Amino acid sequence: MEDNKFEEVFEGKLAKNEMVEPKDWMPDNYRKHLIRQISQHAHSEIVGMLPEGNWITRAPSLRAKVVLLAKVQDEGGHGLYLYTAAETLGISRDELLNNLHTGKAKYSSIFNYPTLTWADIGAVGWLVDGAAIMNQVMLQRTSYGPYARAMVRICKEESFHQRQGFEIMTHLSFGTADQKAMAQDALNRWWFPTMMMFGPPDSESPNSENAIKWRIKRETNDQLRQKFVNQTVPQVEYLGLTVPDANLKWNEAKKGYDYSEPNWVEFKNVISGNGPCNKQRLLARNKAHNEGAWVREAAQAFARKRKEIYEAA
Amino acid sequence: MSDNQGPVWEIFLQKKAGQPFVHCGSLHAFDKEMALQNARDLYTRRGEGVSIWAVPSNAIVASSPEDIGPFFEPSNDKVYRHPTFYQIPDAIGHM
Repeated sequence: MEDNKFEEVFEGKLAKNEMVEPKDWMPDNYRKHLIRQISQHAHSEIVGMLPEGNWITRAPSLRAKVVLLAKVQDEGGHGLYLYTAAETLGISRDELLNNLHTGKAKYSSIFNYPTLTWADIGAVGWLVDGAAIMNQVMLQRTSYGPYARAMVRICKEESFHQRQGFEIMTHLSFGTADQKAMAQDALNRWWFPTMMMFGPPDSESPNSENAIKWRIKRETNDQLRQKFVNQTVPQVEYLGLTVPDANLKWNEAKKGYDYSEPNWVEFKNVISGNGPCNKQRLLARNKAHNEGAWVREAAQAFARKRKEIYEAA
Repeated sequence: MSDNQGPVWEIFLQKKAGQPFVHCGSLHAFDKEMALQNARDLYTRRGEGVSIWAVPSNAIVASSPEDIGPFFEPSNDKVYRHPTFYQIPDAIGHM
């Protein structure tokens, strides 16, 4: 088949809402876009274990501790589902990890903020996972099969994450005055960084147009952000807390809230390496990878030896 | 950069005894035992399965997407393979 014939088949699949599978022909830029997006997503899951892992040893009860452990373990699993989805596009796991460890690949800017108090664990589960779910629910219908299937599995597991975060916020918000102040402080610090998770405004988002055209994304950054605000504000009200945005108000005409844009200069600074925890996160990832090298080498040597014995027999 | 993640395995899960095994994803492992253990940790954290198959990815033979027409075509015109092709007298009822 000629190249343009292949392209016709590809476009036809997208038009019919069919999924593109690893062995199907796809344009180079589609492949590149997916590798970038899926690997960023995978890295975010893995780096996302760090701010929460920070509180495992200091969780306020045994119940809170086992729940947080299970959640962090899930995030690790999600990273692995996504790495294997990215690998179906012809990039190796080592290359993916190397891109993360050298700072060549990006991960969600949100994980460069510190988790200072226990309330932050509540805010992360409730807001950060809430925002992630909004994006991931959409991605269950993304045009690339292995990515969509990983998302279905991830979404099933994520809903407990958001609930456990909201439960922490509920305990604090209906607790003592000090606890409520702690919950408010966490909301103050996490609101705008969470709003940034949906990416730059549509007018300034360089990758959005192709993502929509190729049905990788089905909703734009601004649409998802609006949806998130609409969903979250009533939850904030239930908790008796205040969204740290003086411009937040219901707009009857659009049946949604008007809100302030996050500080996009800060966003650019954080994704280009100058957030509060960027260095710490990369150091922690590199340390874990390097200190685990002997395990991979030993496993490899063991497998090789056993194969030799098997072949000699 | 050395490749030290081990080969890729495809993982199939059986949800309940008696049901077919269904592909659920893939993973890296150096040998059979590690493939099974990793599959248990990665794909059955919530009792999703009672049995696991781990198959080296490179052992799988797959039809290619371009073949979709010619490869499957021979069955397309054989409507008599379906029960709806046959008329059963009303007097007989369900068969």
